[in-house]
Amino acid sequence: MSEQTQTPPVSDTGQVAGRNGDTLLEATDLVRHFPVTRGVVFRRKVGAVRAVDGINLSVTRGQTLGLVGESGCGKTTTGRLLVRLDEPTGGQIVIDGHDVTHLRQGQMRPLRREIQMIFQDPYSSLNPRHTVGGIVGAPFRLQKVKVPGGVKRNVQELLELVGLNPEHYNRYPHEFSGGQRQRIGIARTLALRPKLIVADEPVSALDVSIQAQVINLLEDLQDELGLTYVVIAHDLSVVRHISDRVAVMYLGKIVEIADRDKLYAKPRHPYTVALLSAVPVPEPLSSVTGQRERRQRIRLEGDVPSPLLPPPACRFHTRCWKAQQICRTTEPPLAELIPGHQVACHFPENTPENTPENTPQPA
Amino acid sequence: MAPLLEVDDLRIHFRTDDGLVRAVDGISFDLERGRTLGIVGESGSGKSVTSLGIMGLHQGTKAEITGHIRLDGEDLVTATPTRVRELRGSKMAMIFQDPLSSLHPYYTVGNQIIEAYRVHNQVSKQVARKHAIDLLGRVGIPTPQSRVDDYPHQFSGGMRQRAMIAMALSCDPELLIADEPTTALDVTVQAQILDLISDLQSEFGSAVIMITHDLGVVAELSDDILVMYAGRMAEYGSAEDIFGRPDHPYTWGLLSSMPRMDREKTTRLVPIPGTPPSLIRVPPGCPFHPRCRYTELVGGRRCETEVPPLREAVTPGHAAACHLTTEQRTRQWADLAAGQVPDDAKPPAADEATGEPEAREPA
Repeated sequence: MSEQTQTPPVSDTGQVAGRNGDTLLEATDLVRHFPVTRGVVFRRKVGAVRAVDGINLSVTRGQTLGLVGESGCGKTTTGRLLVRLDEPTGGQIVIDGHDVTHLRQGQMRPLRREIQMIFQDPYSSLNPRHTVGGIVGAPFRLQKVKVPGGVKRNVQELLELVGLNPEHYNRYPHEFSGGQRQRIGIARTLALRPKLIVADEPVSALDVSIQAQVINLLEDLQDELGLTYVVIAHDLSVVRHISDRVAVMYLGKIVEIADRDKLYAKPRHPYTVALLSAVPVPEPLSSVTGQRERRQRIRLEGDVPSPLLPPPACRFHTRCWKAQQICRTTEPPLAELIPGHQVACHFPENTPENTPENTPQPA
Repeated sequence: MAPLLEVDDLRIHFRTDDGLVRAVDGISFDLERGRTLGIVGESGSGKSVTSLGIMGLHQGTKAEITGHIRLDGEDLVTATPTRVRELRGSKMAMIFQDPLSSLHPYYTVGNQIIEAYRVHNQVSKQVARKHAIDLLGRVGIPTPQSRVDDYPHQFSGGMRQRAMIAMALSCDPELLIADEPTTALDVTVQAQILDLISDLQSEFGSAVIMITHDLGVVAELSDDILVMYAGRMAEYGSAEDIFGRPDHPYTWGLLSSMPRMDREKTTRLVPIPGTPPSLIRVPPGCPFHPRCRYTELVGGRRCETEVPPLREAVTPGHAAACHLTTEQRTRQWADLAAGQVPDDAKPPAADEATGEPEAREPA
C-alpha cells in the first residue's frame, strides 16, 4: 500500500525535484487484451483485440518519455494502463516502489495524487457546467486535501502558474479558447503536485501557434516542479522536441526505444526509419526545372494490420521491405544493440554490418 | 493563356445574430493549370470558407458573396445555381477532410463513384462501373473489382480517402480542391496520399488548391502559398519565398512555433502570443497587431489604425500585408532564423510571465 504523507500542494516550489537517475515508473510485460464476444444470452469469447501485447518500459524521475506510433498501435491504452484508468490483463506496473497493477479503486485513490493525466481534447475533458474554479479545485475536494490558504487561493495560484488570469475563477469553459482550455486541464492536473503526468496527445487538438505555447508551458513546469512526463503523441516532431527518451510502438509492441537524439539520428528499426521519412518537412524542394522533385521517402504499402489478428512473429513483416523467412517464423526480441538503444528487429538498419546501401530505394 | 482560376477581391460574409462574420475579406489570387496553390492558416482563418465559396457551396445559404471567382473565364459568383452544379464535379472537384463523414454509409463506394460519373456523362451503368473500377485501381486500392462493392465502413481511413480522390477525379476535373486531405490520417498513410495527389496531378494536369494547417504538407506539394489570417491575405508568394524569405510576422510566427525535424533541436519554440481573433470583431488596422511583436518598430499607432495593403517587397509575386519596411523585415527574420528567442517567449525564470490571458468575449 501507499504511504500517506503528502507534500502540501502549491505552497512549496521545486521540492519535488528528485534524485536524478532513479526510476519512477516501471512497466514489465504489460498486456491488455480486450475480449471480443459473440452472443447475447450465452456470451462467449471469440477473440481478443491485442491492444497492448507485452511491453516493457521505465521512466526516469524528472525525464520525459515519448510514446509514438500510428493510430491503433496501443499507445493510448498504454497511457491509460500506466495511470491505472484501466486494469492490465497481465504484467506489472510499479510506480515509485508501489506495485499498482491490480489495486482496486479505493486502494488506488491515495496514489492518484501522484499520477495524473492530461487529456487530448480540451473540449470534452472539462465539464461545461462547472466553473474554472470548480474544475481546478476538484482534486482538492475529491482527495479531501486541506490546503493552507484555502482552495480558492490555491486554484488562483495554479491558474497563474499555467498563464491564465486568476480573475477568471468564476468563468465557464466555453468562455475560453482551445489553448486556454488545455491550460485549465493542465492546472487541474497540477493541483495535487503529482510526480508523474501522463499526457495523451496534449497538443494535437490545438493550432500550431497555440501548440508551441502549450509545449513551452509543459517544459517550464517540468523545470520548475521537477515533473516526470510520459507524452503520447503521433506527431514525431513534437515528440522529438519534448522527450528525453522515445519509444516507438507498432501493433501493441514496442519496436524501438532509445534516447531521443540516437533514435532520430540513427533509427534502427525499419518501421522507425519509414515513420521518420514520412514526416513532411517544411522546406520546399527546389523547382528550378519547373518540375517539383520528389523527396526521398520510404513508402510503406498498405495499412496497419488489425490488432485482432496481428501477423505472427515480427508484426511488421507484412509491410517491411527487409522481411526474410525468419521474420515470419521467429519473433525478434527487444534487444539492446548498443547501450540504451533497444530494437526488436532481425535486420536492424544503420548498424555497421548493415550499411546504408541496405536501406530501401525510395519508391 | 489566361489562368484557369482567377479569384478577385473575394468577400464572403455571414449575417448572424451576434453580428457580421467576415469569414473571407478580400482574397485575390490566380491559379494556372498544372500548378498547386497551398492555403495555410489557423482554424477560423477562412481557408475552408474560401474553398467552399469557389465550389459554389455557399449558394442557398445566408452567405453574402462579393467579388469575382472566374473559372476559365466564367464568373461563378454570378452564375446560376444550375450552371454551378454542372461545373461542380465535372470541371472542379473537392476532396474533403473527413472521408468517413463525406461518404454515404448506405451506398457502396462503387455506387457513389458511379453516381458522380453518370451525373455528368451520358453513359450506361456498366460503362460507369468499369470506369469506377478503373479509378479505384488508379488510386491504389488493391483488387478494385471486389472492393468496388464494399461499403465505406469496410475501408480503412487511408482507403476511404483514396476512394474520395477517385470520386473527385471521376470526371477529370481541371481544378481540384483538397481541404485538409490528410489531417485525419497517420503519417505513413499521409505520405501515400500526398504522393498520390501529386502523381495524379502530373498525370491529369489539373490545378490543385491544397488547404491545410500543416506547413510541412504545403511545402511538399505547393508551388505558391497563400497565408491567411482572420479572413485576409497576410502573405502570398512562391513556396521558396514563403519558406526562405517570409515577409510577414504571422508567417514568422507559424514557422518558428513548430518543432522542426530537419533542424537541430532548439531549446525553445517561439509561439505566437494570444489567440486568433473572433471574425465578428476583427481588430481594426492590421488584424494581426494584437499578437504582433513588432508594432513598436512601425511607430505611432499605424498598426492599430491603418490596414496594411498587400505590397510586393523585393521579389515580384511575393507580397505581404505589413507596415514594416523591407529592411526591418529582413533584419527581424534574420534574427529569428538564427534562433534568437524574443523576450516574451523566454522561460518564466528569465522574465516573469505576465499572465495576461486573452479570454474570448462571453458569448
